[in-house]
Amino acid sequence: MDWINAIVQGILLGGLYALFAAGLSLMFGVMRFVNIAHGDFIVMAAYGALLAVTFTGVHPLLSMIVVVPGLALMGYFGQRILLNRTLGDDILPPLLVTFGFSIIIQNVLLEVFSADSQKLQAGALETASIQIAEGLNIGLMPLLIFLSALGVIGGLQAFFYRTSLGRVLRATSDDQDTVRLMGADNAKIFGYATAIASAVVGIAGVYLAMRTNFDPSVGPARLLFAFEAVIIGGLGNLWGTLAGGIILGVAQTIGAQIDPGLQILAGHIAFLIVLVVKPQGLFPKMKG
Amino acid sequence: MKRSTTITRRGLIQSGVAGAAVVSTLSFTRMAHAQDGMIKIGFVSPKTGPLAGFAESDDYILEGINAAFADGIEIDGSTYGVEVIVKDSQSNPNRAADVAAELILDDEVNLMVVSSTPETTNPVSDQCEINGVPCISTVAPWQPWFFTRGGNPAEGFEYTYHFFWGLEDVISVFTEMWGKVDTNKSVGGLFPNDGDGNAWGDPELGFPKPLAAQGFELTDPGRYQNLSDDFSAQISAFKNASSEIVTGVMIPPDFTTFWTQAKQQGYAPKVASMGKALLFPVTVEALGDAGQNLSSEVWWTPTHPFSSSISGQSAKDVADGYTEATGRQWTQPIGFAHALFEVAADALKRSGDPTDYDRVRDALAETDMNTVVGPVNFQNGPVPNVSKTPLVGGQWRLGGDFKYDMVVTANGDAPDVPLGGDMEAIS
Repeated sequence: MDWINAIVQGILLGGLYALFAAGLSLMFGVMRFVNIAHGDFIVMAAYGALLAVTFTGVHPLLSMIVVVPGLALMGYFGQRILLNRTLGDDILPPLLVTFGFSIIIQNVLLEVFSADSQKLQAGALETASIQIAEGLNIGLMPLLIFLSALGVIGGLQAFFYRTSLGRVLRATSDDQDTVRLMGADNAKIFGYATAIASAVVGIAGVYLAMRTNFDPSVGPARLLFAFEAVIIGGLGNLWGTLAGGIILGVAQTIGAQIDPGLQILAGHIAFLIVLVVKPQGLFPKMKG
Repeated sequence: MKRSTTITRRGLIQSGVAGAAVVSTLSFTRMAHAQDGMIKIGFVSPKTGPLAGFAESDDYILEGINAAFADGIEIDGSTYGVEVIVKDSQSNPNRAADVAAELILDDEVNLMVVSSTPETTNPVSDQCEINGVPCISTVAPWQPWFFTRGGNPAEGFEYTYHFFWGLEDVISVFTEMWGKVDTNKSVGGLFPNDGDGNAWGDPELGFPKPLAAQGFELTDPGRYQNLSDDFSAQISAFKNASSEIVTGVMIPPDFTTFWTQAKQQGYAPKVASMGKALLFPVTVEALGDAGQNLSSEVWWTPTHPFSSSISGQSAKDVADGYTEATGRQWTQPIGFAHALFEVAADALKRSGDPTDYDRVRDALAETDMNTVVGPVNFQNGPVPNVSKTPLVGGQWRLGGDFKYDMVVTANGDAPDVPLGGDMEAIS
């Protein structure tokens, strides 16, 4: 039963990783844009949720009403005003700029909110669980996160394949120059893509804030797993990112069941195996 | 010819550096009083980064010291001004070593003080030892300070001194607390793969031996990595061993993840004594009401029956002053940050000549005084250069002026510290 429990908890954990990774996967997929500050954006969203909850006293889940559109707006204008200028043939400038962002965000958060670790109180939801069998409990909170990941990725998928903007975004990810010839405005399209990715970051941030303590410096640690989930799943494939997250989560919990020292390592090993066996990821939508 | 007034890059950087230097230097004495020269004290502290919580009270402490040293200190008939130069380690050991070297070589400090975890104290102490500058450190258990730096109990160090408690004290305090609650004596251990976790879980020097000697059965699933997102494996191991006690030395986010997951998965130990994670009230508050009766080691509280040798304030005065000045609840590092300057001032006063490194060092070695964190005496420590301060244990209880209050529930090793209540099982 311990092993079944480990796998179930690993799948649920995978939902969290997929949620952290979805925004990154989207920006990676559409713009070939590697956002080093992704983890810090999530932490920033978490602080946004903290502010919303502190000022209005609503349940943390409701803070998404403010945080998600807020992040989307910031993402849009950030992309239009700053990040678009870094895009080009050279992949280095976006890396450097977002690396700088990472440092700036951490230090601004430190100045404003201090180094105290924070957490949002979700009340009974935090510890509630459903017992499936003796020794197998599914926590409501992890389940909710997993279902949200499913919802977010399903929604993004529908958006990409059912709407005309989605079609333009996909076309852009395939061939930027040709899309521009067809009369689409790349700068705007990138703005929309970042806005959507940032909205997902907002959701991830709220869950991060409810799940455990966060402080201004925890962002980079979140980035690594997100990256691995994207690579395992294959570039540009959102369901692949979910699969990548789950593989990572299950590898970690099974590793931990063997020996807790193997927990993080097992995830990295799973990632390495995928890289060796299928360098493009399991379900690539595009050539790397 | 018209002189250009545009701002050049170089000029801007220079003025910026000058500005930064002004900000980070606190001259505590009006120059008029400092007839006989200035004493420079270097202070390295993690003001930013993950360890910044430890340094939060620094500004308040420095203000108090400022007032106390406003007229300078008298040493052997001469009056010296005191200047404290504060440098930020950014919670990074390499940076800590760099700024220590700057303080020694550029600022030419007469004495170094450093606080907050081995990541800060060790590199700074090492720099001082190499350069022959006396150094006082605190807020790191003495073993990681002494042995990690290659200390030899037969020789000790020449210029570096340290006061705090040690691993043996935590073990003694934790087992005392566990003995006060009716349990099956089965203990689950959560030791991460970091300096603290490896020391606490070490089969020879850590928890396993003394626990076995006292009849506790320890289940240690193994070292995990910090910032893990899942503790199911540990929870099932503790459930299988029906551990009614949980202990370890976790970082706050990991403890929160563990504790909520334990509740989700129906694991409810009677006692949870956790080092490091439960030091600061904000982290306990983050658990909501689930923080009730969690226990932790307690280095210092406002109820400690000690007072400052500089200002005469009691422990309570120092803590209340902090709350008054900042509106925040007291934290344990406050007392030690204050005591650091007490020990420094005491050694300088007895040195005869504060500008002579060796005379300050000799005075430091002979330190035998009472501070706001208890007696400090570098003659009778467990190893040379170390003085142990008393350690007690306590539980976080809902209520009081803030959400949680720290209540001392075990004082077997330091009976002078009054008990605040009885040890209670987690309900």
